[in-house]
Amino acid sequence: MFLKRTLPLLVVFLLGLAMIIQFFIPHPVSQTFYDSMAEWVRISGAFALVLGLASFFYVHTRKIARKNKDSFYSGVAIFCLLGMAGVGIFGRGGTNGWLFSNLYRSINVSLDSTMFSLLSFYIASAAFKSFKARNAMAFALLVTAIIVMLGRVSFGSFLDGVVEWILVYPNTAAQRGITIGIGLGSIATSLKIILGIERAYLGGGD
Amino acid sequence: MIIHRIVPALVLILWGYLPLVGSPICVEDVHDDDGSALIVSWEPPGDIPDFFMYKIYRKDAPDAEYVQIGKSSDISNTVFVDCDPRAPLNAGMTVFYRIVAVDENENELLEIGFSEEFSPSYSFFNSTKKNTIIAVAIVFIALLVFLNIAKKGKSLFIRKIAGLDALDEAVGRATEMGRSVLYVPGLSSMSDIATVASINILGPVAKKVAEYETKILVPNRDPIVYTITHEVVKEAYLEAGRPDAFQEDQVFFVSESQFAFVAAVNGIMMREKPATNLFLGMFWAESLLLAETGNATGAVQIAGTDSVTQLPFFVTSCDYTLIGEELYAASAYLSRDPVLVGTIKAQDVEKAMILILLVLLSILAVLNFNFIKSELMSRVIMSIFGS
Repeated sequence: MFLKRTLPLLVVFLLGLAMIIQFFIPHPVSQTFYDSMAEWVRISGAFALVLGLASFFYVHTRKIARKNKDSFYSGVAIFCLLGMAGVGIFGRGGTNGWLFSNLYRSINVSLDSTMFSLLSFYIASAAFKSFKARNAMAFALLVTAIIVMLGRVSFGSFLDGVVEWILVYPNTAAQRGITIGIGLGSIATSLKIILGIERAYLGGGD
Repeated sequence: MIIHRIVPALVLILWGYLPLVGSPICVEDVHDDDGSALIVSWEPPGDIPDFFMYKIYRKDAPDAEYVQIGKSSDISNTVFVDCDPRAPLNAGMTVFYRIVAVDENENELLEIGFSEEFSPSYSFFNSTKKNTIIAVAIVFIALLVFLNIAKKGKSLFIRKIAGLDALDEAVGRATEMGRSVLYVPGLSSMSDIATVASINILGPVAKKVAEYETKILVPNRDPIVYTITHEVVKEAYLEAGRPDAFQEDQVFFVSESQFAFVAAVNGIMMREKPATNLFLGMFWAESLLLAETGNATGAVQIAGTDSVTQLPFFVTSCDYTLIGEELYAASAYLSRDPVLVGTIKAQDVEKAMILILLVLLSILAVLNFNFIKSELMSRVIMSIFGS
């Protein structure tokens, strides 16, 4: 119990307290402490990546072994991961070589761009769904959205003043309300974790 | 007379023969830092033909050579902040500056001047963070007060959060339909407090899923988050008395690439058609890609994030959305643990204080009270609401 519960809580308490103090002190010793902590996070991340990759292989090999109808895609995922790693490690020039760069630019970047460009279609469908005047509030949203959208195109420049007002006052006021809540929520959650009141992240509730 | 008139005149004449002619350079320390920055300012020279830019040189010891550390191509700008990490400054070191006016071909035209020796210094407290320390102190005190109230057994009211009330129903629906529950704990790392808040919700949700004997899928983008969510879900199954039902491949790492992760999760939604999708944590551009795909599969969707820019997308595409702080209140709401509920009340106290202050100051500003515009008042407001 000590190793599983008490020790982690003690480490969280001491490091949490140290990081709070560090946040307010710009002394070089405090900065060095922060930098070394950031390095430790990166080191832990490197070890966790090994566990992540183990999980990746476990999940996909299990799917292949079960002869799942979509196991072909698991095969493709494993092939791509090993292929890219192989080219990066054993290929001429490593990760700076032409093959690795071309594979990255022509496949990975293109696929990423495709996924991102899909977003514009989803925004259109989401806008269609949200701009329905079901009640008074939805109607107010619809009218406001139309004014803002019109004001943003060239022939709607006469609406510039109204658009500016909507964005600077009602919109900012709503966003600030949410942001204040988020700030207080973050502080309270952090204190709860440091004081050991919130420990669900350790697994289990006790 | 000799001391006051002749000596300064002699000094000035001698000074004129030295190549150091020019306006003095003023060096100031940057406050509230670790001694890694200095502000160098100088008087602008008169009209110089072909004058194009200033070159700023520094030497770190009296007998060292001057090394160029920067340039300013805006000749009207006579202030330079020396904080380049390639030529770092450290508290306590002695530095000297030299400014030179140069032409387009970087030929030196005029020596603007040399500085006196100067040492950067560090601060023990960053005064620009006063507002943060005040907020933390108030939350901390309120936290202790409400923890004591909670421990005495007094019941504390917490308002209804529709999204969290719907969790039971959503998990129940997945059980009835014989389908899984998809839980995405955001795409950020553990250093993001929203991820921690999401993991605090994952525990009770996974326990409920285990009790209902259904299946939960938790795809992860960050390997550290993956190891933690794996443990949390495993422990939840153990707590529910169903350790045998936990399968290792329910919680898995997908990819660190943002859109590869989205493609994989969208694929899961299209193929496995989970009955319930929970998107809780930190999201960026992928929020709408995930939520719209889930919407297309007909799943009940509950989202929650503190990313203000992504909230409208979730509100549009999901059945319930936890807005901002509701994400942090979720663990208290779900567990109804008096101690955790007490912490929500502490948040409310500070929020009420901010609200009262805002209303009061707005009224005073509208009534055009002069003291609200005074320097003292603006310093008070700045220290509370931000620097």
